[in-house]
Amino acid sequence: MSTIAEKLYTIRYKVDENSHLIIKDQDVCLHCETKECQFFCPAEVYQWHDEEKMTSVAFENCVECGTCRIGCPHYNIEWVYPKGGYGITYKFG
Amino acid sequence: MATERFDAIIVGGGPAGSAAAYMMAKAGLKVVLIERGEFPGAKNIFGGVLYRKQLEDIIPEFWKEAPLERRVVEQRLWLLGKDSVVTMGHRNEAFKEPTNSWTGLRVKFDQWFASKAEQAGSLNIYETVVTDLLREGDRVVGVRTDREEGDLYANVVVVADGVNSLLGKQLGVHREWQPDQVSLAVKEVIAMPKEKIMDRFNLEGDEGVTTEFIGQLGGMAGLGFMYTNQETISFGVGVMVSDLKRTKIRPYELIENVKQHPMIRKLLQGGEGKEYAAHLIPEGGFHAIPPLSGNGWVICGDAAQLVNFVHREGTNLAMTSGKYAAEAIIEAHAKGDFSKAGLYGYDRRVRESFIHKDLKKYQGLHGLLNEIDPNLFDRLPAALNDAAYQMLLIDGISKAEKQKAAIRGLREAAGGTANLIKLGIKGWRSING
Repeated sequence: MSTIAEKLYTIRYKVDENSHLIIKDQDVCLHCETKECQFFCPAEVYQWHDEEKMTSVAFENCVECGTCRIGCPHYNIEWVYPKGGYGITYKFG
Repeated sequence: MATERFDAIIVGGGPAGSAAAYMMAKAGLKVVLIERGEFPGAKNIFGGVLYRKQLEDIIPEFWKEAPLERRVVEQRLWLLGKDSVVTMGHRNEAFKEPTNSWTGLRVKFDQWFASKAEQAGSLNIYETVVTDLLREGDRVVGVRTDREEGDLYANVVVVADGVNSLLGKQLGVHREWQPDQVSLAVKEVIAMPKEKIMDRFNLEGDEGVTTEFIGQLGGMAGLGFMYTNQETISFGVGVMVSDLKRTKIRPYELIENVKQHPMIRKLLQGGEGKEYAAHLIPEGGFHAIPPLSGNGWVICGDAAQLVNFVHREGTNLAMTSGKYAAEAIIEAHAKGDFSKAGLYGYDRRVRESFIHKDLKKYQGLHGLLNEIDPNLFDRLPAALNDAAYQMLLIDGISKAEKQKAAIRGLREAAGGTANLIKLGIKGWRSING
């Protein structure tokens, strides 16, 4: 059994300084009942923090699939591609 | 980047974009292909099957030079129960000559295909994101990139930017995909010594086998796959995004769970996970296809939802749509008319081809999948497995009684006789639109 951390470790990333994924409004996350981005994202990018009342975005893990763009029930994620040459580079594909 | 003018700008270095760039460059058009990855294929994955026919129509005898994995001689379909399987399949030497399909890996393949376009004269630019379409009135006249002074102009823009197609959204030709119109596929490339792969899958030389499986996917509508490559196995599962949302099953846990199934575990054991990947698959089908062209633009491949998910065909539809787009643009170039009317040759070609016909045939399937309980994807294979087990178990119970129980089991799995019949009729209609 390999964990998600081990799986992501197999991918080569060139990480930009700035996130290409932006939560439009943290207040929307606060009132989101399902917070399902924590489950459907295949790269564990999103995590809800109860105390800080915010969704954190580990954009450096992102595999650029677009599931969150379509899956967020409130379309609360601004989703663009990483800058040219940044982000994931697959070895096999 | 100099603000030069091109005959065509192709956005995306996948199979659709490279096919379009290759065909147009070969015809002498001045084309530029823009790819956001470090190289073509850097961002691309697929399950892993490349078909001969459509690529051969673009590059004859491509198999003599293209990086391919194994010739597919056998296709298996597994219906999984919890610790069991009912198998179906077809193996045939005839699939070798001419070869029907190969397994493949996109990083190598897409680089090769884009290099063919480059050799034909296409200017390929990598590590560059197209952020906007440039317009004059109702015409697309070029693209804006994330490079400095990165505006490029052309008579026509080929939008081949993949399943997320942010440019397609900008064109306003398709609505946002809905969660029930796309699947998320997660995949692992698992390394294994060649001899082991050949022994375990009953292969010789460059023979390969594909296995697709349904059932045991957490009550989600979806399909698993396991394809033999030279020294790796492509393994993965694709499930509807709407089902992931509903079940809250994490995709990476789903793939791990499936790998523990006794049929699969024994084939993969000892293998080393070399790469994890995830990608969306457009599954909206016929009714999700957007208008394919307009004033100064055409849209191809995944960006236009051109995927036949029933037969897991995608790259071949992408290549063919890229080829048709190129042929239409070459005609438009000769006439000097890049309006919607001038580019209509693309729509017409798609309409007259297997792309349109195949997708039309299955047009009802998307609606059916929305209508039926996704748990059927687990329950029906499970009921079949139970039936097979009972029929083959010698325990003193009469065959007639066993048969009755098996039918009862299937009926219950479908939610009653009426539902079973309805499912059969609707299923038949949905695949024969």
